[in-house]
Amino acid sequence: MPESVVMTREEIYSNVREVLEEALGVDEDEVTLDASLTADLQAESIDFLDIVFRLEKTFSTPDRAFKVEPGELFPENLLENPEWVVDAKLTDAGMNMLHERMPHVDFSRFQEDRDVEKVAELITVKSIIDFVERKLAG
Amino acid sequence: MRWLWIDQIIELEPRKRLVAIKNVSLAEEYLHDHFPPGDGREALPVVPASLLIEGMAQTAGILVGSASNFSHKVILAKIVTARFDHEVFPGQTVRYEARLERLDSAGASTTGTVSYRPSGSGASAGSWLELGSVSLLFSHVGKSLSGLAVPEHNFVFGEHLNVLLQTAGLEDLKLKK
Repeated sequence: MPESVVMTREEIYSNVREVLEEALGVDEDEVTLDASLTADLQAESIDFLDIVFRLEKTFSTPDRAFKVEPGELFPENLLENPEWVVDAKLTDAGMNMLHERMPHVDFSRFQEDRDVEKVAELITVKSIIDFVERKLAG
Repeated sequence: MRWLWIDQIIELEPRKRLVAIKNVSLAEEYLHDHFPPGDGREALPVVPASLLIEGMAQTAGILVGSASNFSHKVILAKIVTARFDHEVFPGQTVRYEARLERLDSAGASTTGTVSYRPSGSGASAGSWLELGSVSLLFSHVGKSLSGLAVPEHNFVFGEHLNVLLQTAGLEDLKLKK
């Protein structure tokens, strides 16, 4: 890959910020690194699809498509697997799966709570930047 | 035949673009309420912007649905942007051109332009003038939606769709029963 197409973290942040501003109708100064997409920026589940489409469009280049698989960036269909969730709480197996599939999300404060309804709140602006950075690095 | 805000499909490039038209008639009741006379004003029948968005949603929805032969339930998930710079009055025809931007198993995004053909015999009579644009996001509905049960039958693409497809000469795309 020629050097000119390597994005710095700052450039990724700036692009992610623009995606979130447009998808969620929020102001630039609201898109801080620690802002939770659902709790702070009021994203709803359908906004996640919008965000994924916009990230793909923003970070794809003529040489390389930036393709986000369902469930790759945001957790999906957790309730459909009885091994992952029992009584609306993530099981150990469920936590392991999340850790493995979503290295871009910080689950440390979630170990105690494990309320499946709150998983989405863990996704922050930083999670998305980390996700994009990892994915671009291949 | 209710809640149908396009009259005819006039062009289809599968998985790319779909063009539909809607003739606006003063016989349509909503125009009498939008806006009625009052306070010394005469009645001002204007097509509500929300119905122009609905017209585009139906145009774009058929484009998205036709990509999978109407086997998926396609629902409007989000109005990404909608901009209208001009009003539409009875006697005019609206043209919706929807373009498919992105499609996958989860949903689709579309962009599109709305035009109208002015009535009367002015210089621009007979030609399409762009009046706005609408970008939409559609979701393919699976078995459940946020935990709510979704009906088995395809409630999105009903029988009236076949009539539209037939009048447009698109019988091949017909909704399978």
